[in-house]
Parts: sequence; structure tokens; C-alpha cells
Amino acid sequence: MKALESLLVEKGLVDRNALDALVDTYENKIGLRNGARVVARAWVDPAYKARLFADATSAIAELGYSSKQGDRMLVVANTPKVHNVIVCTLCSCYPWPVLGLPPVWYKSAPYRSRVVIDPRGVLGEFGLELADDVEVRVWDSTAELRYLVLPERPAGTEDLNEEPLAALVTRDAMVGVAKVAPPEAGGKP
Amino acid sequence: MNGIHDMGGMQDMGPIQYEKNEPMFHAPWESRVFAMFIAAGAWGRWNLDAFRHTREVLPPADYLRVSYYEQWLSGLLDLLVRRGLLSAAEMATGVPAPGAGCKEGHTAADR
Repeated sequence: MKALESLLVEKGLVDRNALDALVDTYENKIGLRNGARVVARAWVDPAYKARLFADATSAIAELGYSSKQGDRMLVVANTPKVHNVIVCTLCSCYPWPVLGLPPVWYKSAPYRSRVVIDPRGVLGEFGLELADDVEVRVWDSTAELRYLVLPERPAGTEDLNEEPLAALVTRDAMVGVAKVAPPEAGGKP
Repeated sequence: MNGIHDMGGMQDMGPIQYEKNEPMFHAPWESRVFAMFIAAGAWGRWNLDAFRHTREVLPPADYLRVSYYEQWLSGLLDLLVRRGLLSAAEMATGVPAPGAGCKEGHTAADR
């Protein structure tokens, strides 16, 4: 690994500082907090929410989030009667600008194979039990189109503004394998 | 094209292994592979589909056994040579060929 890096640097193909900056960016700057801010904005600002549904790519870019792997985005909203969950059955497509890099389970054979044939069973493994009358929609991401789930705003958050709301939103809720827990239930990232 | 990567609907892959508070990378080498891939990709010699293809042509047993960033590394090595950024000799010796430097003020990764 070090030998490869040295070779690429010595040949001038990559810059070592640029590599360090890339690692820092994805470890510390791009991640689920970006997506959480999108979700919180949509919860408090109906006009933003409308733009998010009409053109998610542009609405997300409004908040300053756009980069690799999020070229076209579609936001799908959970309601009391519809629950959305995202997957990439073929590889590991994931909305990097708003969620960062995907966790290992998202890229794993069990999740990719099973969530499309047994979504309720898989969601149950994550501790999410849905009522029988809730429709489950599974969205299979591609290189060209990636999804973000807009979770339901939890009860008891009517008085919260954007920042504390964003703090409640988890990665799992934006993938659709969890709900956002209300604050008194210790809802935390 | 059907293959091991086309996993939707396959059965018997076992339970989901969930890791709490999972780090973005599990070892420093993973982050270096990731960064080298993105930086080298800035030369525009391959696109996302070409990269994905390097993983899809792995033998099925390897695809299941090898970790995600190990797949990235083998894909990166493959593309670096096949798309002409490194020669097989450079890859074997770890030393750039004389006069092979690509530095022209800045590297693609700076863009």
C-alpha cells in the first residue's frame, strides 16, 4: 500500500497532501450531519420541502452539499402509511454528499440480497417493526440516481427549531432502516 | 449481465452484521486506498461504471470473500495499468520510469 502510494506520488499522479485532505474530508466533513440538516430544513420549511421533492439535487446543493456520488438525487418521504428504504443491490451506490460513505452492512451480501425480497424481515432485524397496513417501498440505487429517505418528524418536537431537530436525525433513519426517535426517547445520532 | 454482484433476491446470505458507531474507515490502509482511488480518478481515465466492472469480474468466491476496500484496491491496480497511468514495469518495481513524471505544475488531484 505504501509502495503504491509512493509510486503514484513520485510519478506525479497524485499529491500526498491531496490524499490527506480527501481522507480528512470524508472522515470529518462529509457525513450524515449534512443529510440531517437537509431533513431538518424540510421539516421546518414547507417551501424548501416542496423544492426538495421537485428537484432534490438542486435543493440539496442550496445547502452547499454536492460532490461525487450524488449527481442526481431523489428524496422519498415516509408517512404514517408509507415507509421507504434504500439499497444498492448491484454494488454500493449511496448518497455520499448527504450521508458520507456507506457502512459495511449496507454494502454486504445479506442486506443487498434480502431487503428487496423480505423488507419487513430485514427491518425487523434493525429493530423496526411496521404495522401490516404500512406500505413498504424499497428503492434500488444506481450510479445515476441515488435516494435519501425523508423520515417522519417525531412527535413532541413542535417547539424545536432546525438545529436541535437535525441532532435527532440518524443515518439509519435516512436510509430507512429506522425511524427518528422523539427527544425523550433519547433520540441521538 | 447476471453474476454474483446481482444480489437482489438471493437467499441464504445470513443475518445482517450491524456495527454500532461504525467508523468511516476500519484501518488506515482503507482510507489510503479510498483517497488514491479518488485522486487517480481525477485523471479521467475511467468512469464509475468501469470501476464497478472491475469488481463484477472478480470470481464469485472472491467477490464474497474479499473485503470491500480490498476490491477497491484490486480494481485500482487493474485500472492504473490498463488505462495507461502506470506501466507493468513500474508496478513491478515500484519505481517510475525515467522521464515518466506527470507533474506539470499541478496534479489532477488538485483540481
